[in-house]
This record gives sequence, structure tokens and C-alpha cells, in this order.
Amino acid sequence: MPTPLPSTSISEVSDSKTIALQMEKVSVYYGSNLAVKDVYLEIPEHEIVAFIGPSGCGKSTILRCFNRMNDLIPSARVDGRILFDGEEITGKRVDPVELRRRVGMVFQKPNPFPKSIYDNITFGARINGYQGNYDELVERSLRGAALWDEVKDKLQESGLGLSGGQQQRLCIARAIAIEPEVILMDEPCSALDPISTIKVEELMHELKERYTIVIVTHNMQQASRVSDRTAFFNAVATDQGGKMGYLVEYNHTQDIFSNPKEEYTRDYVSGRFG
Amino acid sequence: MTDNVTGDIAPGSWSPKRDRAKAIQTIVKIIFGSFAAISILTTIGILATLIFETIEFFKEVPISQFLTDTRWTPLFASKQFGIFVLVSATMMISVISIMVALPLGLLSAICLSEYATPRIRRILKPMLEILAGVPTVVYGYFALLTVTPFLQIFLPDLQGFNALSAGLVLGIMITPMVASLSEDALYAVPRSLKDGAYALGATKRETVTSVVLPAALSGIVSSLILATSRAVGETMIVTLAAGANPTLGFNPFVPVMTMTAFIVQITKGDAPYGTIEYKTLYAVGMTLFIMTFALNIFSFWFVRRFREKYD
Repeated sequence: MPTPLPSTSISEVSDSKTIALQMEKVSVYYGSNLAVKDVYLEIPEHEIVAFIGPSGCGKSTILRCFNRMNDLIPSARVDGRILFDGEEITGKRVDPVELRRRVGMVFQKPNPFPKSIYDNITFGARINGYQGNYDELVERSLRGAALWDEVKDKLQESGLGLSGGQQQRLCIARAIAIEPEVILMDEPCSALDPISTIKVEELMHELKERYTIVIVTHNMQQASRVSDRTAFFNAVATDQGGKMGYLVEYNHTQDIFSNPKEEYTRDYVSGRFG
Repeated sequence: MTDNVTGDIAPGSWSPKRDRAKAIQTIVKIIFGSFAAISILTTIGILATLIFETIEFFKEVPISQFLTDTRWTPLFASKQFGIFVLVSATMMISVISIMVALPLGLLSAICLSEYATPRIRRILKPMLEILAGVPTVVYGYFALLTVTPFLQIFLPDLQGFNALSAGLVLGIMITPMVASLSEDALYAVPRSLKDGAYALGATKRETVTSVVLPAALSGIVSSLILATSRAVGETMIVTLAAGANPTLGFNPFVPVMTMTAFIVQITKGDAPYGTIEYKTLYAVGMTLFIMTFALNIFSFWFVRRFREKYD
């Protein structure tokens, strides 16, 4: 296993798009264990960026830095600078509750609330003091998540009664209902069947018009199908017997898959490990 | 079994004692089965006695009288058997105790499962469990000798024996039960559900009140019902602190007599076998049994009806 490379040079985005999210020398610790080290990353607006890499490489951990979900883990600590629209989002002065309204998230396992489909959508709007018409919000969000036609006649039924793929699209609808700027997706299709997966992937292409999307995926084909850029993370074993993740390479998806600069990336995308 | 797949194991090195294993299996089944049967048979036996003696009771006292009399005087010369005199006392004390145990228990449970740091949890949880381990007779004396005199400072009308302090202390007694069962229910709400709420910009309070509590509702309600059923059947506290004066109505300031207190009174005294006093015991016991049984059935139904399944 190699020592992690200083990844500054390879993670910069060279073209002149507006940057939505930016990481500078971000490290995440769980207790005294260094989980991810020194990540530099720039995510442009209205693009889909995929995080790939083997288990334990810290890609989900890094994703959860963007909406500060790591705050909920008492032992977690995040070092470095994270910028959203040019403003720092780490530190005590930034309210994670406010941040999370602007940076939505969809999880690995569909997690609709045990409430009606309607209430699932309006939950975020209610707690964030939405003043508009809730019926319109529900329809707009469900249409946005390509779920409206399937559920329009049963909005008062429980969200838990839907199929897995529908539940995940309900969670996407719930996320876009609060009109975020960024949607983080943590392996959103890993619990879904292939047909549901394709539906979610098609949906992502539509969502890209309005939102910046960061997706963690185990599925390299998925990364190559949906994303504009891909970040490849790897993990090295640490002295304490744990794993430490680091960013190996970040580039346009096409380059990562057809012309990777790093040997580890080439080995991973060609299926030699991981 | 005779095929020698690998070919290099000598025949005869395997001699399983199938018959012996089967025999042991059967014996083990019988032993475990009979132990399980003991508890079932005991229940059936108790139930049969209750039913049999209750039928004997209703041969002498018509059921209409049992349900409509407004006085409970089975030990007097002019006997009246208005069970609602005792039922009203039991219900009043149970309601008072639930009014104490619901906020105390539920808030403790929310505090323990959602807000407490692991350190505070390590201190609080055992303390609640100590509360559950206090003998009920101690609670009874606490109600009679501490709570009642204290309450009399503010409520001069309060009599020495009363339903109020019995109910309050009974509430303290069942609080650990409500807290512990509710906490289990809250704890069982999946992490992913809370993350979902936080990710939508919910604060901790919003997450707890809008997502965690509704998701745990069936468990919380069933903990309350089980605690109620415990309160209905509780004997020592009400016997010591609530008095032994059968009074119809819901005045918590005066002495009352619950069903359990009546049973204690009869069994302490000498009601000869076969007398009406003796049979009254079973009629009251049966009423008590039906009440707690109905509560337990309701709780069972409620949990099955409203439990959310997260695979």
C-alpha cells in the first residue's frame, strides 16, 4: 500500500465554472483515529460529481461533511476548510440546521417517515416555515422526483407502503421539497433493483439542471453513466489496525475511466481491486 | 449416509448412535414441555377457581345488584354489593398515578434516549431502576406518613387516608416501568429516520417531536397500558395509604377502598369457607382479573395495529 499522495495538484478543476462546494485540506477524525486525510476538492455548480472507491475509503464521510451530518456523531471531528458558495460552513458560528436546508441529502437505505406520502413531503417545508401552497409543493416535488403519476391517488397513504424504488424517489422528492441548492446522495441505489436504479439515474440527469449533485456509489458503471466528474478515494491500513482514506484522483469522469493518471485509479476502474 | 464421498476415510470410523440421540431428544422435549405446562396449568387452575367461585357468588347475589348497588357492605348485616364503589376507587387512583407516571416516565425516557450523554445515562438509568426495586410496602408508608402530611399543609381538607397521596406515590412507583418501556420504544426508532429529519434541517426538538415520538407511539402507549394494569392490581400502597372505607365517587381527598384493598381486608380477617363474604372475594378478584386482562389485550392489539415495521 502506498503512502497517500499530496493531492493538491490532481484535484483542481481547471475550467472556469462556478464552484459550489470546495474542500481545502479536510481531514476527519473519529476519536483519535484519522479516517480521511487532507482532501482538496472543488465541485462545480449544476454538475454531478461521483465519489468512488473501496469500502472504508471515507467517501461517505467526506460527503457528510458538506451538510455537517458528522456533527451528529459525538466522536467525529472535522479539520480544514469547507466552503459552500464561497462561505465557510465549518465552525461554531454556522448553524448546521440552516446549512442542511440548503444542502439536502438522500441516504443509502430509503428512509421515509412513518407518515403519509403527503406529510413526508411537507415535513421539511413545515419545519422551515414554508409560506406557500402545500398542495402545489407536494405535486411539484413529486413530479420533480418522477413519482407523481404513481402516487397521486394515494397521497394520504403511508410512505412505508411504497416499493423500495418508490420510497427512494419519495426521499428525493422530500429533499427537493425544501428547494436546496445541493443534493448529496449516499449510495442511493444500493438497496434498489436495476429498474428502480435506472429510474433514479434518469432522474438525476433531470435534477442536474437545477441542483448540484454529489453521489457516493459503489457501482463504477453508475459513476460512469451519471457523473460529469469522478473522485476516486482509496484507503490505506494504519498502524492502529484501522483504515485511513485519501483522495487519489479527481477529474472529468471520462478521464478517470479512460485515461487515469494514477496507477491505483487505473487498477480500481479496471476492476483489479476494490 | 453410506456413500463414502472422499474415499479415504476407513469404513467403520463413523458410528452415530442415532437411536440414542432420538430417545434423548424425545426426553428433553417432554421435560421442557412439562415445565412450560406447569405455568399454563397454574393459570388455568387459578382461572377455573375464580370462575367457579364467582358463579357460586352470583347464585346468591344477582348480577344486576352487583352492577347497580351504590354501596359496598358485604360485611354488614344489611349486605349490599355495588362493585362500582370499589371499581371507582381503583380507577381514580390508577388515573392519578398515570397522570404522574406519563409525564415523568415519558420525559425521562426522552431525556435518556435522546438528550443524555453516555455519562449522564450511566448515572440516571440505574437510579430509575432503584426506584423500581423499592418494596411497595415502603412506598405505602411513604405515602401515608410523608406525602399525606406534606400535602395537608396545602390541602387542609385532605384526610389522613386518601386516594390522592396513594395515587401520587403509586405513580412514582410505576414511573420506572413507563420510562424503561418507553425508552426501549424510542431507542428502537431507526437511526436512519432521525438522520432523515436532521438532513431536512430539523432541530433536535423537531426531530424528537415530529419523527421519533410518532414512530415510537405504539410502544409508548403499550408501556402506559401495562403500567395502568400494574397500577390497577397494586395492593400494598392503596391498602396502607388510601384507607378502607368503600366510597362511591371520585373525590380524591377522602378515604376510599380499592378492589385490592378489599381483598386484603377479607383475607386478613376470617371469612369462613363457603360464606357469602368468602365468595365475594372471588367475585372481586374476577372483576380485577377481567380489568387487567382487558387492558393487556388492548395493549397487545394496539401494538400490533400501530407498530411501524422498518424491515
